[in-house]
Parts: sequence; structure tokens; C-alpha cells
Amino acid sequence: MPRFLKDFLNRNGTGPGLVMLGLVLFWTVGLIILPQLSMLDFSFRPNLPPPEMGGPKDVYTLENYKYLVYGPEGGSQAYNAVDLMVFFRTLVAAVCVTVFNLVLCYPIAYYLGQTKGNHIRVLALMLIIPYWINEILRAFALRIIFGETGVLNTILTGAGLFDTPFDFIRNDYALYAGLGYAYILLMIFPIYNVIESLDHNQIEAARDLGAPWWRIHWRVVIPYAKPGISSGCTMVFMLSAGALAAPQILGGPSSLWFTQLIYQQFNDSSDWPQGAAYAVVLLVTCVLLVLGAMRLFKVNMGDIGK
Amino acid sequence: MSAGVGVDLENLWIRFGDFVAVRDANVNIKGGDFFSFLGPSGCGKTTILRAVSGFLEPSEGNILIGGKNMKGVGPNKRPTALIFQNLALFPLMKVWENIAFSMEIKGASAGERRKRADELLEMIALEGQGDKLPSELSGGQRQRVAIARALCAEPHVLLLDEPLSALDLKLRQHMRTELREIQKRVGITFIYITHDQGEALTMSDSIAVMRAGVIDQIGDGKTIYNDPATPFAASFVGENNVFRGKVKQVSGDRVLVQSNRSGELLARVSTANVGKMKEGDSAMIFIRPEAFELARTGTEGDHYVSARVVNEEFEGNVFNIFMEGDGGKEIKVSLPNHGQSFDSHKGETMTLRYDVRNAVAMPAGVLATE
Ligand SMILES: Nc1ncnc2c1ncn2[C@@H]1O[C@H](COP(=O)(O)OP(=O)(O)OP(=O)(O)O)[C@@H](O)[C@H]1O
Ligand SMILES: [Mg+2]
Repeated sequence: MPRFLKDFLNRNGTGPGLVMLGLVLFWTVGLIILPQLSMLDFSFRPNLPPPEMGGPKDVYTLENYKYLVYGPEGGSQAYNAVDLMVFFRTLVAAVCVTVFNLVLCYPIAYYLGQTKGNHIRVLALMLIIPYWINEILRAFALRIIFGETGVLNTILTGAGLFDTPFDFIRNDYALYAGLGYAYILLMIFPIYNVIESLDHNQIEAARDLGAPWWRIHWRVVIPYAKPGISSGCTMVFMLSAGALAAPQILGGPSSLWFTQLIYQQFNDSSDWPQGAAYAVVLLVTCVLLVLGAMRLFKVNMGDIGK
Repeated sequence: MSAGVGVDLENLWIRFGDFVAVRDANVNIKGGDFFSFLGPSGCGKTTILRAVSGFLEPSEGNILIGGKNMKGVGPNKRPTALIFQNLALFPLMKVWENIAFSMEIKGASAGERRKRADELLEMIALEGQGDKLPSELSGGQRQRVAIARALCAEPHVLLLDEPLSALDLKLRQHMRTELREIQKRVGITFIYITHDQGEALTMSDSIAVMRAGVIDQIGDGKTIYNDPATPFAASFVGENNVFRGKVKQVSGDRVLVQSNRSGELLARVSTANVGKMKEGDSAMIFIRPEAFELARTGTEGDHYVSARVVNEEFEGNVFNIFMEGDGGKEIKVSLPNHGQSFDSHKGETMTLRYDVRNAVAMPAGVLATE
């Protein structure tokens, strides 16, 4: 038995320790790894009606992946331009949402983490309480704000800034706002957590040595907050690339999110293998992007867990 | 290195809401001096230092550094550098980057910074350790890095907030000498904060004794120790025995006190209180444990004390005798160890003699509570 396992059992008692271990194993293997593996398996099979499954036609194939790149066989175009566009647009937009979120949330997290007093708890509550409302309702609320006859347009046209209402939805502003807002907490809290543990004396020491505020952030606070920043960014990126509700409700009619394509294949076309292949491509690409970014910014895997 | 400049606090008041943390402080610190604020925890030492470094605006009064009023000047614009109670080194920067941080702000190249950092590392006897992280150094080494980082900014005044409190006893005593040497070498003004009277006495040119936001006395170590101005200063700095009583007779700087327990005692009025004591006033006389010597039992007079011995202990360099005193506190007597044999006198009544010059009298007041 490896040492850490023995320590773990000693600390928690053999019985409870084994139960905990069993639950964690069941959770990771049974609920995460196995379903994902079966998705992976699906993605390499042709879409067959149930009677033919396991039959002679049920062989491994790369068809579903080829479809994303080249489109239907014998199609008019050399590439599946529509789906590829959606794919890249989704990734770029997710990166933008992440960066935008970081810029917005870092000051908030810094303020929450380094200020003392009871009003901080009130502010934190005000951030948390809206998340008691479910995601779909929140998205519709944003639709009300951004809609053609919505709150924002009424104010803007009323104030004479615009002559005609601006279509925030068709131009995807509502979508970005919705995605940004949906994951604000996931960005704020990891950063807040590390910044809260930053000794305020370090900030004062930097100031005392003559540093202006931006250099204090650049050299002292941000390096310290890096684990929080990277875990926040990772979560926001992954979740916005994989978001479904916000694009469905807030996206313009002409702009699709890649997850919507996946959803259509599973749901509308009942083409599970095709949907699985798309999902696998999205997952793998996102993971690679995150790993690349981590290498670029010299972040360790261990930091993400902080 | 830049020369030290003077620091003046003029009628300085600092309030937090209704709470007065510093009450009407007036201090003149000479340029190039090693000046200490000495006082118990919570008396407002850090508060004064934060006001001098610019992190806190005084509620009233002025702070002058080198004769210039510092009102409205931010901490990054003052010619001071502060060494924090917990050092506050930047944990993610290498030691040399820590030291040269102030040069980085001024836009010095990496080469220049490294060179200066290496010079300072040599000064603090840490050559070749520049590439370590602060966490890879020992407590005493970190201490010195913090000093080097502050000195690198070429301040005119170095402010130190109990910088030795986190170190163990041996290292603390070693760092005292080292700090004093560094101060002599760089020649700038040091303002040092401590609640340890040993530190203040050994290092300082001048000491301000503080009590609950008030400065009781300012003077050099000898004056503070031998000629305390208030009962608080007398009891806080070093060990002291207190005898309470009523003034019976005053003549010049001599006062005869009818003590509560030990008969009439003659004492010298402390310099700050000459002319302030009159017949019938409550008075306190302070006599240090080492100022007593044994006398023939039963001798009486105005500079003899007789009391029953309740406890004895041998401390190596001294032999301590504890006798019944007034107000429940024991009288402590330390007799130097000259190799003579000490016979136990527990339970017996012994008589002690003191030199009147070593018995300091002043109007009764608040004592330091241990
Ligand atoms: N920001 C603040 N708000 C309210 N009260 C404060 C504040 N800072 C300090 N005080 C109070 O002022 C008094 C002096 O505090 P200060 O930190 O100067 O003490 P100190 O002499 O440095 O003590 P120590 O030796 O324990 O560090 C304390 O009673 C403290 O509670
Ligand atoms: Mg303090």
C-alpha cells in the first residue's frame, strides 16, 4: 500500500477512510471517466439505427471527425466552412470573454481581498445572491435589459444618445455580457482567495520604497495572485467555451456557438456519434489551449488547484 | 550614502475615532542619531512610525524631516524607508531583486541593480546568496536582507518597527551589535521601535519612553535608567523596587519620605521633579536591586531598609534575595557574585543599606504593569 494511502487511512480511520475513498473513486471513475470514455467510443462509430449496432457495419471510423473539417461527402464546398467558422469563433469569443472577465474582476477581487470591514461581507453577498437565481432566468433577465425595447435601449434613446434602438442581441453584445456575467464569481473568488492572504505590509513596503500603484500590482500583487488568476481564467474559459444556455437565449439569430451545434446533433439530428466527435474536438482543443497558456505564463498544474 | 537628517514631531496628535493613539508628542531627533521609542505593546509606537513614513496622516501637529514639513507627502515620496515588524520581503522575488527593488522603480538597468545588490549583500555578509528566495534564508539573514533593501533606497531616515522581535534571544543580541554597526557605517538617522528595554539601552543615542500614547521622558540611556522622570519610566525600564509613602521633608533635591512599611527613607528627587514635591504629598521612591548592599542587622537610619527574607535564588552572576515589601510586591535585592559563599537567610530579617543618590524620588503615579 503506498504511503499516502496508509496516512490517509490512519488519519480518518480505516472504515470511514475506505468509504470516502470508495465514493471519490465512484465519482471520478463512474460519473466522469466512464461516460467520457463511452463518448469517445461513440465518436469513432458510424451513426446506425439501434438494430444494426454491434452488427457488421459497426466498425471504428474517422468519418465524424472528417465531417467537421470537410463537410458532408460530395458536398459543394471543399471545407465545412460553416462549422469550422463557428468552432473558431467560439474559441476566440471564449478567450475574449475570459480576458474581459479578468480585467473586470481583478480590481473587484483586489478590493474585496485587501479591504477590511463589514461592508466587504455585504458586497460579497451582493455578488453571490444573484447566483441563487437559475442561469436561464438570469439570461432572460439580460434579454430584457438588452432587448430592442429593453431597459438599456429605452434609456439610451430617451437620453438622445441613439436615434433608433440599437440591436444588442443581433450584434452579440448581449451574448458577451451574458457570458461574462455568468462566470464572474468563478473569476472573482479564486483571485480574492489568494489576494486575501497577501500580507498588506508587502504592498506598503513596495509603496514605501517608491513604487507607484501600477508597479505594485505588476511586481507584487499579480505575481502573488497568479495561481488564483490562472484557476479563474481556466474555469471561465472552459465554461464559456462550453456554455449552452447563454448562447441559446442571448445569441443573435445568425451566430451560433459551437455547443449549439453539438446540441443540435445530439438532439435534433439524433446523430450521437457526430455530436460526440464535435464534443471531443472542443474538449481536446480547450485543454490544449489551457495547457499552452499555462506554459506561456509559467503556471504549474498545482497552482490551478489553489 | 546620504547623510542623516533630523526628524521633528511637533504637537503630534493621532486619533482613531474617539481613541487617542498619540497625545501631543514633541520630539526632536538629531540627524545621524540612533533614536528609540520604547514602550509596552499598544502604546502607539507603530502608529508614530507609520505617521513618520507617511502611511497615516496625523490628526494634528506636524512632522518635519530635514526641516521640511511632510504634510501631504506620500510614503513613496518621503526620504524614509520603513522596516516592517514582519519584514515584508517579497516572497516571489529573489534576494537581489528584493534588495534592488527601489532601483527598479527608478528605471535602473538589471546590470546596475545586480551590482548594487551585490555590494549591499557584501555589507550584510551575505555574498553569493543573491539568487536565493527569501524563504531559503534563515531568520537573521532575512532580517539583514530587509535592512539592505531599505538602505538600497538611500533613505535619509531608516525606520525600524521591532525588527528583532521575531528572532531568538542569541540572534537578537547579535543583531543589536550588527544594527548599531550598520548605523554607524551608513551614518543615517535610525528611528527604532521596541518594547525591549535592553535593546533600547544598548543601541540608542537617545530614547523616548512611551506610555499609552504619551511620551513620558526623552533622554539617553543612562539618564533614563538612572534618573527616570516618571514612575512609569522608572518601573518600565529595568527592574526597580518601589517604596510608597508621604513626603515628610524636602530640602533642595533631597526628600525624606515616611514610607508605608520601611520607616523614614531619604532619597534624591529625580531631576525632572525637582521643586514639584512638597510636604504631605504621596511619593514613590525607586531603588534598583543592584543598588543595595548588606548592612549589620538592626542598623537603623534614613537609608536603611529592614525586612524579612521570603525567598532566595542564585542566578550565576548575582544572588537574588526577595524580601517582604509594601503593596504585596517583594523587594528584590541583587548581590554581585564575587565568589563569596551565600548563606541562606530565609525567614530572617535582614537590613540593607543604599546610597541616597541611587534612591530616586518622585510624586506617586502609574507604574508599568508587568
Ligand atoms: N487603524 C487603527 N484603528 C483603530 N485603532 C488603532 C489603529 N491602529 C492602531 N490602533 C490602536 O492604537 C493603539 C496603538 O497601536 P500601535 O500599533 O501603535 O501599538 P504599538 O505600540 O506598536 O504596539 P506593539 O508593540 O504591540 O506593536 C492600540 O491601542 C491600537 O489598538
Ligand atoms: Mg507595533
